[in-house]
Amino acid sequence: MPETNTHGTTPSGPAPTTAAADAPAPRARLVSGPGLLLVWLYGVMVVGALSRSLYQISTEFDRAPLAYSLSAAAAVVYAFITYALVRGGEAARKVARVCCAVELAGVLAVGTWTLVRPESFPDATVWSDFGMGYLFIPVVLPVTGMLWLRHRR
Amino acid sequence: MLDALTTAIGVAALALAAWCGFAAFRDQPTKDWHFIGMAVVTVLVLVQLVIGLFRLAGGDRPEHGTVIFVAYLVGAFATIPAAGLLSLTERTKWGSVTVAAGAVVLAVLEVRLFDIWGGIGA
Repeated sequence: MPETNTHGTTPSGPAPTTAAADAPAPRARLVSGPGLLLVWLYGVMVVGALSRSLYQISTEFDRAPLAYSLSAAAAVVYAFITYALVRGGEAARKVARVCCAVELAGVLAVGTWTLVRPESFPDATVWSDFGMGYLFIPVVLPVTGMLWLRHRR
Repeated sequence: MLDALTTAIGVAALALAAWCGFAAFRDQPTKDWHFIGMAVVTVLVLVQLVIGLFRLAGGDRPEHGTVIFVAYLVGAFATIPAAGLLSLTERTKWGSVTVAAGAVVLAVLEVRLFDIWGGIGA
């Protein structure tokens, strides 16, 4: 009776997951302790990045298409990580970790890009200057996120 | 009036952040008094929302756009209740940290609201 198969992705081999250890709670909670703070900040970033990019893309997309598209991409990444954290479980944890790495790479790349080629960005993105306009939360969040998700293993 | 209220809410939000931060420092979850504090701040933001909408209805226009102004007003109003509800699900110091973080977010939103409305003279 394979009780661990809640995600359809659990490997058939040895599954050293918490899901296997306690069957009644199939998904390991990722939103507990520091995880709650993490989810809260990710949620705030989702609202911030999503509303900002939707507004800018719908009203003045031609002014800085690259910047606004990057903000929208950031919003999608944030939304997905938030969903994964809330959902919990081993598969979500792995996916969220990868997304945090992608997010960190994005912040560093876009942050450097905006500093090296400011002329490409008539307007700021969420990740401009490593997220300075957002109290540097964008660059701190993926690092703390990866640490937290590693700790939860 | 709106500027003064925006400033007052910013200060109140920072005080709430410090208070809940102190609770977290003492390893305590959010308690009734903290929720009363959150309620006070939320009522202030609700008053701000109402005044803001009245000013818009009266023909005043924010310097950086009506849509952005209203979005920030609504966002500011939702911030503290959302953080407070989350802290109810986490009865440890991390609930307090989350509310403190939410209060800092609110303070930032108030600074932005100040700019969006157009600063002094309103």
